[in-house]
Amino acid sequence: MKKIMQSYDIRHETDMVEPLDFNRRSRLKDVDRCFKAEITNVIRLTDMEKLFQIRMVNDKDWERFTFLPGQFVMLELPGYGEIPISFSSSPSIRSTIELCIRKAGKVTQALHKAKRGAIVGLRGPFGTYFPMEPMKGNNILLIAGGLGLAPLRAPISFVIENRADFKEVHILYGAKDPSQLLFDYQYEEWHRIDDINLEVIVEQPDKSWIGPVGLITKLLDDIQITPDETYAIVCGPPIMFKFVCKRLSEMGVPMQRMFVSLERRMHCGVGKCCRCNIGSTYTCLDGPVFDFWTVMNLKEAI
Amino acid sequence: MLFKTIKKQDFFDVFLPDTQCIGPKKVGTNTNGKPIYQFLPFSSFDEIDLDYDTTEYSAKTYFLPYKETLSSFSFKDNDWTQEIKYRTRPRVIIGLHPCDINGLIKLDKVFEKTLFPNPYYITRRQNTFVVGIDCKEPCDGGFCSSVGANTVTHGFDLFLTDIGDRYFVKIGSDRAFNALQKIKTSEITKKDNEIYLQIRNKFEGSFEKTVHVENLPNLLDIEFESDVWRKWGEKCLSCGACAMVCPTCYCYGVTEHISMDFNKSDKIKQLYSCNLNDFAQVAGGHNFRPEPATRLKYRYYHQHRGFVESFGQPMCVGCNRCGRVCLAGINPTDVISDLQREQKR
Repeated sequence: MKKIMQSYDIRHETDMVEPLDFNRRSRLKDVDRCFKAEITNVIRLTDMEKLFQIRMVNDKDWERFTFLPGQFVMLELPGYGEIPISFSSSPSIRSTIELCIRKAGKVTQALHKAKRGAIVGLRGPFGTYFPMEPMKGNNILLIAGGLGLAPLRAPISFVIENRADFKEVHILYGAKDPSQLLFDYQYEEWHRIDDINLEVIVEQPDKSWIGPVGLITKLLDDIQITPDETYAIVCGPPIMFKFVCKRLSEMGVPMQRMFVSLERRMHCGVGKCCRCNIGSTYTCLDGPVFDFWTVMNLKEAI
Repeated sequence: MLFKTIKKQDFFDVFLPDTQCIGPKKVGTNTNGKPIYQFLPFSSFDEIDLDYDTTEYSAKTYFLPYKETLSSFSFKDNDWTQEIKYRTRPRVIIGLHPCDINGLIKLDKVFEKTLFPNPYYITRRQNTFVVGIDCKEPCDGGFCSSVGANTVTHGFDLFLTDIGDRYFVKIGSDRAFNALQKIKTSEITKKDNEIYLQIRNKFEGSFEKTVHVENLPNLLDIEFESDVWRKWGEKCLSCGACAMVCPTCYCYGVTEHISMDFNKSDKIKQLYSCNLNDFAQVAGGHNFRPEPATRLKYRYYHQHRGFVESFGQPMCVGCNRCGRVCLAGINPTDVISDLQREQKR
């Protein structure tokens, strides 16, 4: 008989190791106060996306600013507005954060004109995160489509830094065409790491492209995994993770072990403005990271 | 709960003249010759009418203003400073009906009793002395008894019920108890209790509109693709008036307004409505709820499904303000009964 349940031991919950932060409620009363931060570097990734390296103006603020892969920050551009952006860098780097931002709306257009040295505001971090700790000891599939690599780069960094804790690691990335590939300068680095399988696929190749061509699901054809010991993180447009997660389900990966990150409009980040609501689930409080089972049960989520 | 009775003419002596007082004022008459009331500041008790039936707008605007400044940035030499203010002066609101107070209780759950308490709301709520009063008869289309919002037991400082020449008073806070020390009050007698219950029973039996909401969380899930939404959605003008008059709608948008000399920028919060076209539109142009029907459905889904899941009760208080204000004639009892009929078919 196929195993349908795995034994669950609550003592393995990581939350229980450390005492809970009972003070959190009062500490967060000044919810509109921004951390002051400075753009230290602007790195052009493609025509549409730039990577912003940001550090706190007051070094002391780092003590209050720790984040986990998958969480987001409200980036304030005084005079223009505030936008929710997922972290793109490793949480273990305690001197700078990296945000990969596409030129899409009013605030991001202004941000793309910003130069090194500009002072911005940060509010957060907010939201749920990819449960990296429980994933340890398992195989991990890190799958991104298009801009999805921006939030996925945080868990990728975590996995690389803690490579010994994971079994097989696959990084799969798909984009429309080669000019839209993000962080292309890093593939070489990831590729050279012993025992990490990196595959990049494009839908519309140009003349110089020598890699595989097609949709991201094609990359899954060649992968043999043990579903019982596998976790997956899938980031990308809804249509992409719908097909990828369906495919992973067919391969036997439980839906509660597939994690996706949803995108919604947000005006507050703290569960008040309702703009990010799906039904009445706040993407900012209960998300942006959801397991696929929850996403399937949310009306109009994808 | 402590109860007292007060002679009507004595009651108004409680309030100090130097505190801002807000109450139901008659502001005009509608085309049917019926008076229109709004909660507005007043300086003499002759200006208000506690026997009013209902107000067009709810009292939420005194707790969640339609527009408020969350913070201001001042710019100087490529740098900025952020200033946040949320202090308010104490004030008194007199004459809130149970629907409005129940609305405040629901807003408390969202803004005070969650992970990120909202200081702007909390200062206004804590600095407002709320005096409620029971309705004499159900208002036009009101269905508060169906959602359990026709009575209140907390969320106010004082709550009055008209029992002839006296008010039957519920005392809901110590500051209200102290305020009442200044005037002559009487202990309630067994007879007062009887009169009170008689009046309440008569009121509760006089509702014309009733609707069953207990089955709605389940029903809304099942009827998610129902034609009922298209039918009502086609009528909806997506104007958002329903959310503006609603005592519990709280969603908002934030925009930044820069001063003419570029030295200052205000981050302004403005109440929004989930029925407006761009409510769920994200950068890049994708709209998660592009049709009026899906937005209208979302409003009901949030009120009767989502809020129940989060807080164990529907968000709607049954005041029917949205039904009366709607230019397209959409009212909640009709939409809900339509949905329930659909299920029976």
